[in-house]
Amino acid sequence: MKNPFNKKNKGPKKPLTIDQKINRRNFISFGTFFIASGVAYGGWKWLYNSPEETATVTAGARKPLRRALNQTELAFRRVFSNNNLVKTYPKEMAAKNVRHNEDIGNEGKIDAVAWKLQVRKKSGEILSISMDDIKALPKTDIVYDFKCVEGWDQISHWGGVSFVDFIKHFKLDDQTDLQYVGLETPDKEYYVGIDMPSAMHPQTLLAYEVNEKPLPPKHGAPLRLIIPVKYGIKNLKRIGSMTFSDKRPRDYWAEQGYDYYSGL
Amino acid sequence: MKEIKEKHPLAMRWTHWINFPILTIMIWSGTLIYWANDVYTITLFGHKFFGFFPEGFYTAFHIQKRLAEGMAFHFLFMWAFALNGLVYVLYTMISGEWRELVPQKKSFKEAWLVLLHDLHIRKMAPPQKKYNAAQRIAYTAIIVMGFGSLITGLAIYKPVQFYYLAWLCGGYHFARILHFALTIGYVFFFLIHIIQVILAGWNNFRSVISGFEVVNKPDPKSIVETPVPSDEKPVQ
Repeated sequence: MKNPFNKKNKGPKKPLTIDQKINRRNFISFGTFFIASGVAYGGWKWLYNSPEETATVTAGARKPLRRALNQTELAFRRVFSNNNLVKTYPKEMAAKNVRHNEDIGNEGKIDAVAWKLQVRKKSGEILSISMDDIKALPKTDIVYDFKCVEGWDQISHWGGVSFVDFIKHFKLDDQTDLQYVGLETPDKEYYVGIDMPSAMHPQTLLAYEVNEKPLPPKHGAPLRLIIPVKYGIKNLKRIGSMTFSDKRPRDYWAEQGYDYYSGL
Repeated sequence: MKEIKEKHPLAMRWTHWINFPILTIMIWSGTLIYWANDVYTITLFGHKFFGFFPEGFYTAFHIQKRLAEGMAFHFLFMWAFALNGLVYVLYTMISGEWRELVPQKKSFKEAWLVLLHDLHIRKMAPPQKKYNAAQRIAYTAIIVMGFGSLITGLAIYKPVQFYYLAWLCGGYHFARILHFALTIGYVFFFLIHIIQVILAGWNNFRSVISGFEVVNKPDPKSIVETPVPSDEKPVQ
């Protein structure tokens, strides 16, 4: 049998006619186009129907999307800097009617006199801190544009003790070598985890005032977190306990499919 | 006699078609996000003409209560959108293709003539090379818009870390409005683009997939005859 690949058996190669050229190029490019479209569609179907992540400290998102959120967090943590400050405004610009969204973990009344902040160190040692202890520290005010994950924003005026001052005063410096701060409401219904660099950002406050008045219950009396480098979902109201750890503390909205970092 | 005339380079065709599904996903996931605070309206002199978006639109596309999902998709495909756009812009700059694309001084005047021609008000279209004046403006504008989406997007995504971008966009609040308006711009661009592509016909459409157009070259003997005025070149 003759070898069909033997060139010697072939006659002189005829140049392609213009129509053959057109057909050949159409075939190749449209073939590629349809195959690539098919691959893209298949990829999309795979992603859209990909299984939900196993519920851990985060839950509710598609597995590959959660991975992407976590990877994106790492990328954007590299641009995070204490030198990048949220824009502040004169206090006249602050809203008189401060928007209020949710009351999870902040329902019912609380006795501000009996209330104590429970700070649990890594060693297990617990500090019980009263409102008077906190108010004895220098007060810091901030008027800035509060940003909700839903997309609204509002200039509001908060007062309290800066988180950095709080750490220094209660000699918790060694705790900040750990990677996360966990905050929970007294009833443990609402909880957030904050990465240490964001918590130690110079504009993070443990706030007890809004518009220069004590926090009303709906805004998280007696003490709440105001952290301008995070969406509102991380600004926990009515802090009951504070913990430090190297692992991500549980986080209410990260369990509902939201990004754990949620940094701004 | 038929002749193959090269039109669109490979890099342009790939980035164009990669951009299409990515932008679709970005607009869809963006709508899932927008729903959570759907406050934008077209209001003139106190009269509300339109609210983005009507209930029926949300129901039809299953938009409601999917904010977390929308954000997760948006913050993955933003990388692809930016990367693909970057490849296209770099290619266009380095290859010199930008010369065919960016508007010239005369383009702004000529674009009117193109418009009048396309609306069948004027018979002749101004002479052109690869793109006519209106195309130069539209296709350059869409790249600028893409860049705008990237900047306004970053400004609302990390307004503290990229405080200078937020400032550039007129603040966080206004940046979100711009980001939304640009998206509406894409939808309008898409509609007109599709209509124009249909009107321009198969030869033009094919060139964005296979890269070439088939032109009818006059037979050698007709060279001595009066050449066809370039004004009558069909507009694609």
